[in-house]
Amino acid sequence: MNRSALGHSAGSRWPALAVAALFFGVFFFYPLTRILLRGLDLAALDGPAFLLTGRVFLFTVYQALLSTLLTLLFGLPAAFLFARFDFPGRGFLRLLTALPFMLPTVVVAAGFNAWLGPRGWLNLALMRLFDLETPPLAFLGGLGAILVAHVFYNMTIVVRLAGNALAHLDPRLEQAARSLGADGRQVFWRLTLPLLIPSLLAASLLVFLFDFTSFGVVLLLGGPQFATLEVEIYRQAVHLFNLPLAAWLSLIQLVCTLLFSALYTRLAARAAVTVQPRSVPLHRPQTLAQRLFVLVLALLLFIFYFFPLFSTPFRSLTRLEADLGQRGRVEYGLTTDYYSELFVNRRGSLFYVPPVQALANSLGYAALTVLLSLAIGFPTAAALARPTRLARLLDPLLLLPLGASAVTLGLGYLLAFGRLLLSPWMVPLAHTMIALPFVIRTLQPALASIPDRLREAALVLGASPGDVRRRLDWPLVRRPVLSAAIFAFTVSLGEFGATALVSRPEYPTLPMAIYRFLSQPGGLNYGQAMAMAAILLLVTGAGILLIETLRLPGAGEF
Amino acid sequence: MKHSPFSLLTFSLLLLAACTPAAPATLTVMTHDSFAISEDVIAAFEQANRVDVVFLPSGDAGEALNKAILSKNAPLADLFYGVDNTFLSRALEEDIFEPYQSPLLAAIPDEFELDPSHRALPVDFGDVCINYDKAWFAERGLPVPATLDDLLKPEYAGLLVVENPATSSPGLAFLLATIAKYGDPGYLDFWAALRDNGVTVVDGWNTAYYTNFSASSGHGPQPLVVSYASSPAAEFIFADPPVEESPTASILGPGACYRQIEFVGILSGTRNRALAEKFVDYMLDVTFQEDIPLQMFVYPVNASATLPPEFVRWAQVPEQPASLDPALVAAHRDEWIARWTETVFP
Repeated sequence: MNRSALGHSAGSRWPALAVAALFFGVFFFYPLTRILLRGLDLAALDGPAFLLTGRVFLFTVYQALLSTLLTLLFGLPAAFLFARFDFPGRGFLRLLTALPFMLPTVVVAAGFNAWLGPRGWLNLALMRLFDLETPPLAFLGGLGAILVAHVFYNMTIVVRLAGNALAHLDPRLEQAARSLGADGRQVFWRLTLPLLIPSLLAASLLVFLFDFTSFGVVLLLGGPQFATLEVEIYRQAVHLFNLPLAAWLSLIQLVCTLLFSALYTRLAARAAVTVQPRSVPLHRPQTLAQRLFVLVLALLLFIFYFFPLFSTPFRSLTRLEADLGQRGRVEYGLTTDYYSELFVNRRGSLFYVPPVQALANSLGYAALTVLLSLAIGFPTAAALARPTRLARLLDPLLLLPLGASAVTLGLGYLLAFGRLLLSPWMVPLAHTMIALPFVIRTLQPALASIPDRLREAALVLGASPGDVRRRLDWPLVRRPVLSAAIFAFTVSLGEFGATALVSRPEYPTLPMAIYRFLSQPGGLNYGQAMAMAAILLLVTGAGILLIETLRLPGAGEF
Repeated sequence: MKHSPFSLLTFSLLLLAACTPAAPATLTVMTHDSFAISEDVIAAFEQANRVDVVFLPSGDAGEALNKAILSKNAPLADLFYGVDNTFLSRALEEDIFEPYQSPLLAAIPDEFELDPSHRALPVDFGDVCINYDKAWFAERGLPVPATLDDLLKPEYAGLLVVENPATSSPGLAFLLATIAKYGDPGYLDFWAALRDNGVTVVDGWNTAYYTNFSASSGHGPQPLVVSYASSPAAEFIFADPPVEESPTASILGPGACYRQIEFVGILSGTRNRALAEKFVDYMLDVTFQEDIPLQMFVYPVNASATLPPEFVRWAQVPEQPASLDPALVAAHRDEWIARWTETVFP
């Protein structure tokens, strides 16, 4: 206890692992086992079922690989941009890249549509500019839309994980290399990139798993001819009542997740890097090449993120309706009606969602999720930071929740918890279950990279364990803890699947409110959905900024 | 112990989760996410019967039924509302309901009573129809297609968006309408021709209506969408700014629409049988029935319920909606969907 500040000693490892094991056991393995036992029936696997499984599996892997490669391709330069350069608007741009992560797919789809659709801003502008009759740009569809949306959603993972590592690379290494005659390219390929590999692996794995289990993006943006395992599970379990086939597909998805995680653990164990407490100072771009890099990349990122994201708030303040019955030309007009209407329960509906209450519920759940997932995730990550046999065995299991089909798990919750599902506590607990794998994955490499020598040296020099924690450990893990907290926060704010799974109508969240509005026709409903989405965007952005500003003082106590 | 506060927190949360008891005077109604009703209608029932009515939205229609079936040995609720005629046989086969012959059934036309054993009682109905963008057709001077056959004409190429019957309830209803009209395997020829004429298929109603349909606020590319006969009324009521006439209408030709009827049933094993019966009666009675149209945009089954004026004006009722025997649908649904998928996405 006194020896270690972060729980690396054998004595304190067990309670942390026990808590995590209990949590995953109760909220993941138990419900999952219940539903798989109920559904699995090998007799259901005939020829067509195998054919379907093969086709869906191949497509799932194919699109996930492509998406991950593209995300890395764009994410790595972006990580460099944010980790190394100081430029005007840096904070805002970084925030932009983090925002999509928590937006419900339906809002992102609406955003892309409001920007690129036939009546989207771009088409309207082009039509007016060149006096065109028909919209010149066709809305993205098919595989292209899936890939774009995956990059849009997941680039933030690469930016944050690789960016953290980049920011903490010892600058003396690079200085040494340069003084030994290495040029910029050599420094990158032979020094920086190899040192980044653990964090890139971690990021790629998370991105791959997200793409591998992608659901809303494929269903909403790709169209019905595309099916990932997760989408097919949903179709089979919910609409075709084919529980045996759904259970079998869920099992395949789980086993794959386990394999990827195990592979990652092996690779990552070989490539641990020591980080140092001071972060590399940001500097303004100096050479022409640097200025060009910053300018072009920042501009591209801005266009890629700003317009789809902010088409929604623009839309929520704009009327785009025509005069009665004749929409020869589109009428524009600014309006705050959609916002004021949010506060009116016009039809006296029992299911009316007061926006302030939905906001409060969403924030409450998100705060609880951050606290719970850090409380469980930090000690667990610390316990797993030293690669013992046990840690290596347990490690891949931690990522399993990311690979579990939300649909299957939802049905499992039903069997496992029965009337307990009615408790409002189930929502933050389910969110924590989903956020924990991120939190642990984000914290673990950082904690693993703190050399024990540093800590021992500090103790030998007379520092108290409290001093070690405050002055040595905390500065080193602050960034990853912030990243983890932001992940947990955003996962909770945007999570719809698990909320729908265990939600109580008395405690609606913002995503639920958005779905409610979008489920009925009418301009006012659409406008209110956009207004709610704008609020979600704003709140999420504010939440991220707040966490980054506060730097979570309480987390120092861990 | 350093970690004990956190473990304690977790355990106390678990404990709290376990300590939410079902109060004796609570009636739980499991339903789909589209369920809506007025606050005062439910408050009146709660006061009259000294009971808390709790609603449990459990996903879309198929998902909610699936959950009711999975939990039938330990039911989460006393009643289930929202199984429709395309899923009815499955609910009856799984035997999740207890029979109840409500006296209110006398006020409901026989055509809605599909379950002679009175385990599932009809509550409301609606028609899945193709909606069209009035202005779009008016501007181009193009006549609105009147029948399903018209959709195959070259002048309507690429104008229709439909929902995938494998993931959407209106999508399935529209597929059933084509099966009712062209038979099996005739419907496959129709769909192959529709595919060649550039039909767009999306996963669900949200996307079809708000992303693809040109007359919705999403301003999509297609002026024809599979939606409900009541959607034009919603477009009128929720218009912003207010309009004098609905921007959309439905294609009501014979057999072009498919009738969906929604049912309620008392879940087997309820411990509140008496209250559950009262609630079923209440749902079928005039107060509740008259509240249905403007909350859920479907029609009440009770013949004595009066419709709101906006509904009479803008929601249309097709004269000859298609329908198929629920038992036939239950027997062939999966196979029909599978072959539809092969045809439309070869």
